[in-house]
Amino acid sequence: MNIGIIVFPGSNCDRDVRWATEGCLGIPTSFLWHETTDLNGYDAIVIPGGFSYGDYLRCGAIARFAPVLNSLISFVDKGGKVIGICNGFQILTELGLLHGALTRNKNLNFICDRANLSIESTKSSWMKNYKKHDSISLPIAHGEGRYQCSNDVLKKLQDDDSIALRYAHNPNGSINDIAGITNKKGNVLGMMPHPERACDDALGNIDGKSILSTLLS
Amino acid sequence: MSLFKARVFVHLRPSVLDPAGEATRSATKRLGIDGVTQLRIGKSIELEIEAANKDEARSKIELMSDRLLANPVIEDWSLEFKDEQKTPIN
Repeated sequence: MNIGIIVFPGSNCDRDVRWATEGCLGIPTSFLWHETTDLNGYDAIVIPGGFSYGDYLRCGAIARFAPVLNSLISFVDKGGKVIGICNGFQILTELGLLHGALTRNKNLNFICDRANLSIESTKSSWMKNYKKHDSISLPIAHGEGRYQCSNDVLKKLQDDDSIALRYAHNPNGSINDIAGITNKKGNVLGMMPHPERACDDALGNIDGKSILSTLLS
Repeated sequence: MSLFKARVFVHLRPSVLDPAGEATRSATKRLGIDGVTQLRIGKSIELEIEAANKDEARSKIELMSDRLLANPVIEDWSLEFKDEQKTPIN
């Protein structure tokens, strides 16, 4: 079992993820520079939070053209598991691996808080330790986390059981209280909350551990 | 009074480095488009303003552009009336 974490110029949650996966869970983890194209030998790829390429133009708009992401598309096609957290979620939507877009929070504030969430789908392998409607709490920290999509796409997400997480108290104006979604197949998960910041007992919350530890079994 | 529609373009002065523009220019190469030699990002601000006539509208927008919409230390701006046809307000 090997996890790769993609590092862009501007990523700032890459080391947090590595602490969670390697330090807390004991899964061998490597950093992958954004110019890498070889993803062989990895069982799962994490696109971490941060401000890839300074979030210039739009969050995730420039990262979407990083060489590593071409390889990521074939990795996903072959069934590889991918999780995009926060900026990683924004990149996955810009890349088209996930539907919709993430825009400025409704109240325009940058929100740094803890959010109560409901598990809405256990389809993805990341969520297999949960039961539907389980409640968890995870840290959130974003200025552009308002998930938006057309009504047609929303219906498709519902029909495909692709809504992975919903906020109990919507903090940012996301449509349908959506905090995280998967692709149709369920091997790609994008979420605004940070599971890697809730894996260490010392931080007082280990609700995120279950999401990342699913890869161990 | 009439209603005037205008657009103000705010852009960095040519001598000021635009890192966002440069990062975006490098993304055009990765998209497979060669030959983009210059890419600078600015802002387009659309507004509607009530004024007795176009000259008054212009001077109000000029003041706004100098003091609020742009920072004259690092930015230039230009003004364009969107619709020459003014809409009378009853």
